[in-house]
Amino acid sequence: MSETMHSAVDTGVANAAQIGMRLAGPAVDTTHGPILYLEGITVSFDGFRALDDLSLTIEDGELRCIIGPNGAGKTTMMDVITGKTRPDAGTAFFGQTIDLSTLTEAEIAHAGIGRKFQKPTVFEQHSVFENLELAMKTDKRVRGTLSARFSSTDLDRIAETLALIQLGNSADRAAGLLSHGQKQWLEIGMLLMQEPRLLLLDEPVAGMTDDETMRTAELCQTLAGRHSVIVVEHDMDFIAKIARKVTVLHEGSVLAEGPMDVVQADPRVIEVYLGR
Amino acid sequence: MNATIPLRLRTALNAPVHPVLTRRGWIAFIVAAYVLFVLVPSAHLLLPANHPMHLSEYFVTLTGKIMCYAIVALAMDLIWGYAGILSLGHGLFFALGGYAMGMYLMRSIGGEGVYHSDLPDFMVFLDWKTYPWYWSFTDHFAYAAALVVLVPGVLAFVFGYFAFRSRIKGVYFSIITQALTYAFMLLFFRNDTGFGGNNGFTDFKRILGFPITAPSTRVALFAATGVAMLGALVLCRWIVQSKVGRVLTAIRDAESRVMFIGYNPLYYKLAVWTLSAVLCGIAGALYVPQVGIINPGEMSPANSIEIAIWVAVGGRGSLVGAILGAFLVNGAKSWFTQAFPEFWLFFLGLIFIVVTLFLPRGVVGLFSRKRS
Repeated sequence: MSETMHSAVDTGVANAAQIGMRLAGPAVDTTHGPILYLEGITVSFDGFRALDDLSLTIEDGELRCIIGPNGAGKTTMMDVITGKTRPDAGTAFFGQTIDLSTLTEAEIAHAGIGRKFQKPTVFEQHSVFENLELAMKTDKRVRGTLSARFSSTDLDRIAETLALIQLGNSADRAAGLLSHGQKQWLEIGMLLMQEPRLLLLDEPVAGMTDDETMRTAELCQTLAGRHSVIVVEHDMDFIAKIARKVTVLHEGSVLAEGPMDVVQADPRVIEVYLGR
Repeated sequence: MNATIPLRLRTALNAPVHPVLTRRGWIAFIVAAYVLFVLVPSAHLLLPANHPMHLSEYFVTLTGKIMCYAIVALAMDLIWGYAGILSLGHGLFFALGGYAMGMYLMRSIGGEGVYHSDLPDFMVFLDWKTYPWYWSFTDHFAYAAALVVLVPGVLAFVFGYFAFRSRIKGVYFSIITQALTYAFMLLFFRNDTGFGGNNGFTDFKRILGFPITAPSTRVALFAATGVAMLGALVLCRWIVQSKVGRVLTAIRDAESRVMFIGYNPLYYKLAVWTLSAVLCGIAGALYVPQVGIINPGEMSPANSIEIAIWVAVGGRGSLVGAILGAFLVNGAKSWFTQAFPEFWLFFLGLIFIVVTLFLPRGVVGLFSRKRS
């Protein structure tokens, strides 16, 4: 990317930051295909390299599964994408123009990257409906929120999401009373309410029953195409069910990448991960 | 999205209603307004002193004072019960509002002080010849009223901005607010700060030209306090019933999650924190003319802790509970400090322990059993 383009991007981002959370975040430019570029990302914690020169590209609308043994850097990679951790070296771009390293966590969320955490965190005291209401993409500054009213479009969006995550009958229940699996779905629903272009799902089926896992797999496949989805998961059956392209991380960089069966047959992958 | 989801899967949703007050709430509100603005004033002013229904000056002043505390309790509940930020320095904002009003009241004394000077007695005593610059214009009520709002508001805004931006929370925030009020208390204890040192301001003569101890002035101040308390209640209810209220409780329960769905908690905390401080300032300004004195003792750390106890006793996160708690604890205090003066603090401690152990949702928790 040329120097002039860089500066244009920087001023655009600075303006967005000054205005605060604008209604329409900066548009994501995916004209060249990919929606996420990570290039040479390095992150060290006290000398330990959690990510070591990691490069990864995600196409627009892709469903990408990321696997790797504990400590491979999966969560750190998510942290870098969402702005929680700043890389020591390397660049992270959302689309062609949005430099993630210049944005705060809230601005990244607003630009269109939604993250589901490993442990489901929903607002337990709020009802399922209110959880979705809070997550809905809208003006999130104090004044706009103070005078917020429901339009029929808002209600339709909430109703659609409730149907998609199969919680239509639980709209008025406190989220704290949901089962573990339902909380995971609610959290995915909250992400969808933000209309993200890119969804990061960190171990979405951890702790789910087999039935819930299968339903989550169907949900992920529904989401792909409409959104770009990155799934980090340990559950191989789940990965095998949804995987199109798999990336294997090991010691902070990419070990192998390709279709599930090719990756599974890779001797290096078997050695570090699958074989154990 | 419409196209991909079969219509039969879509749930019919009605927009949820979040009324400022429920029907029962409005009835209670009107009854309270009737008692405060009709019954109490007429029982004090119109009935002769020997009439069994006559309300004494003591009663009116005490109730007026407790209503000021109730406004502070509302302010505390807004920030603690809803946003989850425990301030142990709210006495500071209360005292600053009180001092701003006190400056006006001191200047209204005119030349009737002990030394018959235009300056307040304590300045004569310090051998000061003119008012310091920060006393300028305080002889105008409107300016003093603006200070009542602005001084606590600006201080809270600046302090809150840096504290919340640095993501200071929990017990650390509480300790810093406690230190803040303590530092201000030490500052105001000094004579050369220009606020009367440890004696503070007292011996007020009049407010807006009316003699300050006259029964009608007393009732007017009582009614003004009633308006402020009910107004603060409606304002706070409006905020917590709006979407902002739901964002605040979400910040209280899972702040990082709130950031990830695109809200910046800093501005929500800052807005509600500043409003809370302003409400305290207004309460302090109404308190001083009714009680007749303001001194740095109001900024003592123990005072601010007591505010938290009122809210805990009444019930956090219900607003009405805060008012109830302020009345219960201060009512008990005024009785106890007369009957068993040396045991009050033990009793207060006991109340706090009992409430924490057996009534985690406070006294209002006894009445509303629904919502698990």
